[in-house]
Order: sequence, then structure tokens, then C-alpha cells
Amino acid sequence: MTLPATGQDNEAHKFVRRYFDLQPVLVPICAIGLAFAIGSIAILAVGENPIEAYAELLKGMFGSKDRIAASLGRSTPYIGAALSVAFAFRAGLFNIGVEGQLLIGATVAAWVGTWSMLSDFPGLVLIPIILLAGVVGGGLYGAIPGVLKARTGAHEVIVTIMLNSIAVLYVRWLVGSQDPVILRDMTASRPQSEAIPDAARLPELVSGGQPLHFGFFLMLGLCFVVWFVLQRTTTGFEVRMVGASAHAARYAGVRVNRVIVLVMVSAGALAGIAGASEVAGTTGFLLPGVFLAVGFDSIAIALLARANPFGIVPAAILWGSMLAGAPLMQQETGLSIDIVRIIQALVLLFVAADVIVRTIFQIKRRDAEMGPLAEASMGSQWGAAPV
Amino acid sequence: MTASADRVPVLAAHGITKRFPGVLANEAVDFELNQGEIHCLLGENGAGKSTLVNILFGLYQPDEGELAVRGERVRFTSSSDAIAHGIGMVHQHFQLIPVLTVAENIVLGAEPRSGLRLDLHSARVRVEELSRQYGLEIDPGEKVENLSVGEQQRVELIKALYRDAEILIIDEPTAVLTPGEVDEFFDVVRSLVAQGKSIVFITHKLREVIAVADRITVMRDGRVVGSADPESATPQSLATLMVGRDVILQIDKQPASPGNVRLSVSGLEVLDDRGSTTVSKFDLEVRGGEIFGIAGVEGNGQRELVEALTGMRPPVGGHVEIDGVDSTMGTPRAISAHGVGHVPEDRNKHGLIGAFTVADNLVLNSYHRKPFARGFVRQQRAVEDQAVDLVERYDIRTPGILIPAEHLSGGNQQKVIIARELSRELRVLVVAQPTRGLDVGSIEFIHRRIVEIRDQGVAVLLVSAELDEVLSLSDRIGVLYRGQLVGQFDRAQASRDEIGLLMACGTTEPQAATG
Repeated sequence: MTLPATGQDNEAHKFVRRYFDLQPVLVPICAIGLAFAIGSIAILAVGENPIEAYAELLKGMFGSKDRIAASLGRSTPYIGAALSVAFAFRAGLFNIGVEGQLLIGATVAAWVGTWSMLSDFPGLVLIPIILLAGVVGGGLYGAIPGVLKARTGAHEVIVTIMLNSIAVLYVRWLVGSQDPVILRDMTASRPQSEAIPDAARLPELVSGGQPLHFGFFLMLGLCFVVWFVLQRTTTGFEVRMVGASAHAARYAGVRVNRVIVLVMVSAGALAGIAGASEVAGTTGFLLPGVFLAVGFDSIAIALLARANPFGIVPAAILWGSMLAGAPLMQQETGLSIDIVRIIQALVLLFVAADVIVRTIFQIKRRDAEMGPLAEASMGSQWGAAPV
Repeated sequence: MTASADRVPVLAAHGITKRFPGVLANEAVDFELNQGEIHCLLGENGAGKSTLVNILFGLYQPDEGELAVRGERVRFTSSSDAIAHGIGMVHQHFQLIPVLTVAENIVLGAEPRSGLRLDLHSARVRVEELSRQYGLEIDPGEKVENLSVGEQQRVELIKALYRDAEILIIDEPTAVLTPGEVDEFFDVVRSLVAQGKSIVFITHKLREVIAVADRITVMRDGRVVGSADPESATPQSLATLMVGRDVILQIDKQPASPGNVRLSVSGLEVLDDRGSTTVSKFDLEVRGGEIFGIAGVEGNGQRELVEALTGMRPPVGGHVEIDGVDSTMGTPRAISAHGVGHVPEDRNKHGLIGAFTVADNLVLNSYHRKPFARGFVRQQRAVEDQAVDLVERYDIRTPGILIPAEHLSGGNQQKVIIARELSRELRVLVVAQPTRGLDVGSIEFIHRRIVEIRDQGVAVLLVSAELDEVLSLSDRIGVLYRGQLVGQFDRAQASRDEIGLLMACGTTEPQAATG
């Protein structure tokens, strides 16, 4: 390097800065701490001991091998859904539609899984087909806001909110309708779709009410893929350019509208595969309502992870395991499960309004390439303007 | 000259020091303004002029030092304190509301009332009085959005006078004016002084300083580095004082040796964002090895022209050919790949991504090509190798190639863009406002590079609102007026006055010189 090196800028410093830089995770960690601190006030207010409650919660989350497995299993769909949000974030798009994309992906997967022509195939063929069905379903559903934004400038937030409602109600009808019967399994007492063949089920590492299935590792793999695409490929460079400055991207020859469509399709596909892996891994059929709020929670998780694909893994595990561990806390202390929901909401609040955390813990702002996320978290402007 | 030394200054600052995090913006600055004088404050961007005048106008509070108005010590906690002491300020960027009338804008914040009602009639009368008294011709009933830039400036001046300003601080007033408007503006300033006003005039244009100032103070790096007498000062001596070393104001360049036509534009029609025709019947030929400069007041279609030539704004009519290949409807990528470099006018909006590293910005439009990518996979090593090379060759001052570009100074950001665009294989280079807001050192460097690329046989199209820049760089000059090229001159035959006239009204019969 021919660059003028300043005194402190030696190799050791660089190494420390690269691998032990706590700054990016400082705000999320402080936000979590603050949320639990304030949550303890709520627990004290109903006359319980917060330390005891948190201890039970922790036991419920990670207290035994089975509980750890259940926590990871519960976290699985959150990883894929949050990846979807994070990927769109990096292009300056706010994908509120992950809820709908996940549901459509799961529905298409559940539907394709029951095709009679597939019933004799082995799992090695069936499983990829079902996962692919989820990708196609979610991807197409994500394409709608993408194309509308690219063609007409319609804001993806508005469009995806509407599409969420459509998806939820449409799937409820598809699975619930008795006349005509569409996807409903008429032998079941409640509305659910017909079960997919056993061969199509994802292998389970640890079985149970909440199994830890192969989908968890699929999601971990997708985290790496998304990271690789964003950081190491020309497509990812284009996505980040569009996210950081659509004007500069256009100047540089990027076809911004094409990137917007591509990103929304990919985000939908990520959500869709998360839905498909739940159908094929956890339940074996589609139960409308089982994904309720998974999409919305994943927005919080992506925010907590600051749209970093690897940050999503711990953030999603925290989220899923808290939900998985809450029942034990309720059982042992009599506290409502809703306490966990309150704490999660507080985490989201403190991450979104990070000024609060920065003021309390005296953390200086150092945002590089967090354009849309920083904007989103400041609540000022969502997404990038169409060009 | 008009003020004698023994008189008490109307406005004085002593030992002003102002710190911002990491920056010493003003250090022990002394400044005095005498009754009835025009005192020019000269310095480069970042020299501390704006900080000083913002302190004088009460917008900032100094960390050390004191202010005095007519010998009486004052402390301003806001601009209203300064206004109460008879200080008015005309900002570089006008603070006017376009949908309101001139009179409404002028009285805004100090409205005359009768009872609870706004007394617009007496406001109009007062505005008319002021405009007569100081020769600031304006229709008080006209909406500001219908005014020219020069007229808007008059509104700003009347606004200050309406608040009984005796001391006027005018920040970079001539940046947006045509040469003719500049002369008119100087007449107004002189008439204000003749009627007893005192004026602080901030600028970085040397010619203007010498034309209008009674006294000159030069700032550099937050300090006052000297004063000069306009009678004896020359642009060269002022520039040396401003930069702190000898500066080559005149670009040292050989006469052009034009080759074949490389850029040929005929009958170009371009729309602006609102869909109205902004460039029309535009014909132009630029040969390899020459610099064609387009002069003109901003907003006459320069932006749309440049965007049309570089593929960012498809024209609605006409043809563009580059080395004989039609590129009229080419995409930015296709045109760039065909050997057209583009230094955009807005470097922060288009030219750079501030959050990206210097290295990534240096491949902003070539990231997908070898050796920076193999297939879809980016080659970080190649990107960084090129960055190290360009940082050295183009003297980009940065702590490292992996630093976000937003942390660089404006001059170094522009050098990143220049390095990226000029280091490619080029046929045509389109450069818009290449040195806007830059320090003299960077300007010198960038001008030299543009001449070098010309000497390599590239056809250079320079679009600049700085007439001085067009005059000193170009081999041929055209004037863009309301979207049309209204005159073409050889540099040797171009007179400043004639070009100024064409910029202002586009009417002088152009003497088409060469083709």
C-alpha cells in the first residue's frame, strides 16, 4: 500500500477493528437489556419477582436439550422471513409484505405437496419440489409490489400492506371453504389443508411438539447465500447501490427498475421458502393462522439485526426462543405469556428509535451504508424513491 | 478609502474563536467594518468566512472574542438580536417563499398590522418607497416564483432594508447572476453605500473583489491571513494570499490540434422533468483534441443536455453520434461502454455514493467488467489494486481506500470521480460544473487533467456556470440560452462582454466562427 499510514493505523489495530468491532451490535444489545429492565417493572407491578421470572424464561428457552431444539425450531421461519425483509432493506425497499408472501409460499407448497401425481416419488425429489413451490408462490406474490413500484411508482409499503390482507383472507377461504372444497381436509375437525406425504416431510433432528427440522439449517445456508450475494456479487453491488442512492445507481448504468423487481421477487421467494419449510417440516399441512404475525415479527428481527444476514440468526433465535420459553415461565410464576410480547415490543421500540438507546448509553452514531435502515429507524422516510 | 481610520467602526469583531467538533473554524479573527464602506471577505470554501458572518449575524455564538456595534459591546444570542442592532443578511440561498408576493415575502415576520389584521397596503407602500430610494426596481404585487434570480436578490435586499438594516452582510451574491446582472448588482451596492449603508461582501471571485471593494480581508484555514488594497491588488496576488502559495490562474496549455469530429449532435430536443421542452434545435460538433465550453446561466437546459448526451434522459428528437455510431437512445451503460466519460454536475447525488468506500466508488460504473468481476463474482483484490493506483495517480487525499467517500473533502470526492471517468478508455468526455465549490488547489489539478485528456485526442464537452472556467479552459465556446446554442466562437475571438450579453438575453447576432 502506498497510502500514508497514520501512527495508530497499524496492522494490529486493523485486525482488532475488523474482528472485534462491537459498535454495530452495541445498540441492539443495549436495546435488549433496556427492554428487559423495563419489562421487570411490569412484572414487579403485578407482584412477581422479575429475576425469578427471567430465570424461568431462560430455563424455558435453553433449559434442556429438548428445549433448545424447540427454541431453534420455533426460530426457523423467523430467520427466512427476516432475511426477506433485510434483503429488501438493502435495496431501500421496505417489505412489509413478508407476512403475505410467507403465507402464499406455504399455501402453494401445501397444495403442490398433495398432488397425487407426486405421491409416489421419494423424498429427495419431493422435498425440493415442495420448497421450490414455496419459492415460486412467495416470489410471484413479491413480484406484484415490485412490478407496481417499477412501473407506476406505487409505494411498496402501501401495496404490501394491502396484499397481506388479501393473502390472509384468501388463504383462510382456500383452506376453510367446505362448499366447494378447495384445499380443506374434510376428515379434520378444524380447517386445515390435506397433509402432504410423509416422504415429503423434512427430516427432523429432534422430534417433539415443536421439532427441530432440516429447515433450520436450510435457513442458516440462506443467510450465507444472501450475505454472499450482497457482498460478493455484482448483482448484490447493484442492489446496494440502488439502496444507497438510486440516482447514482442510474448514473452508473444500473437498471434500477429491474433491480427493484428482482429484489422484491427474491424477498418474496425467501419468505415463501420459509413458509414451505414450516409446512414440510413442522406441521405437514397448512393451518391458516399458524403464521400469524411471523411476518411482522420478522421486520422487528431484521431491524434488530440491522439488516445484516448473519445478525439475523441470533436475533431470530432470541425471538423464537423467547416465544418457545414463555409457557414455562407462565406455568412456574403465573405471569402471562404476554410479558414476553411486551418485552419484544420494547426491544423493537428501542431499536427503531435508537436515539433513546444512544442517549442513555452514550453511543455515538457511526452508520456506514445503513441508508434505508437508518431512515426507516428514524421514521422519516421509507424506502427509496422510484427513478 | 471612503472611511478614515480614526472613526469608530460600525461593526467590529475581536479575537473571535469558534470550534466545531474536530474543526477550528475561526481562530482569533479580527474584523472591522467602517461606515459607508464595502468590505470584501475573501477566502476559499472552508476558510471560515461563513462561520465568521454567521457569528456577526448572531446565528452562531463565538467560543471566544467579542463583537461591537458602533463601539458598543454586544452579545447576540440569535439573529433577531443582530437585526435589532441594524444588521441584515442576504444569504447565498434565498430565503423566499415562491407562492407569496414580493411584498408578502418582505414583511414576513415583521408584518404591519392594523388591529389584528395584516396591513398589506401599507406594506406595499413601504416596499415601493424602499425600491425607489435605493434603485431596486421591483413590483411588490408580483409573485416571487415569477421573478428572475436577479430580481429575487433585490427582494432579499429590500427585505433587509425593510428591517432598517444599516449594515448588510451579503453572502456570495454573484454566483447565480449573469455578467450583466453582476454589473447591475454592483451599481445597487454602490448606491446603497452612497446612502450611508455599510456592506460586508463575501465572495471567492477575485475579479469582483477588485471591482467593488473598498477594503479586502483574506481568510485561510479559519484565520485572517492578510488584507489588501483593491487599488494595488491583482487577481494573482489575491489568489496567492488566499491559497498560501503561488497559484497558476492561467491554465498552461498548448493550442488545440483538433482531429476528426467525435461528438456530433443534431436537432436535439430534450424535455425536463415536468415535460416541457428544455433543449431544442441543438446542433453541436466537437472534435477530438479540443475542449468545447458551454457557457450559460444555470437552468437554461444544461442539466438536460448533459443527461441526454449520457443516456440518463432519452431525448424526444434529434440525433447524437459518437465516432459515427448513433447513441441517441443508448442507455447510460451502453454509452459509457462506448467510451463516453461523464463527470456529473451533482457529485453527491449522481457521481458518488457517500456510504460506499473510495475503492467501490472508483468502480461505480465498471464493477461488472473484467478484472473487477468474473461472471457474477466481484474481485475485491482487483478493485482495491486499482484504487491504490488511482489514489496515487490522482492525488486523492484519503486515510485509506476502504474509507466511505462521504468522509472525504469535496475536492477529493471530485478527484475520485475525475479519476474514475478519466482513467478509462475515452472517446468523448462530458464534464459538468467540474470545480463547483472546490478549493483552488483542486481546481488547478482538475483543470490540468481535463487539458491532458484533450491532448490525448478525446473530445471534451465542458458545461460550466463559471464563465471564467469556460473562458480559460475552452478551445471553442458556445452559449446556451433557453435550451439553444445561441453563439459559437473560437476562444481567440470570444469576448467576455459579447458572451455575457448572449448569456443574459441570447439576442446578439452570433458570429459563427468555425465548425
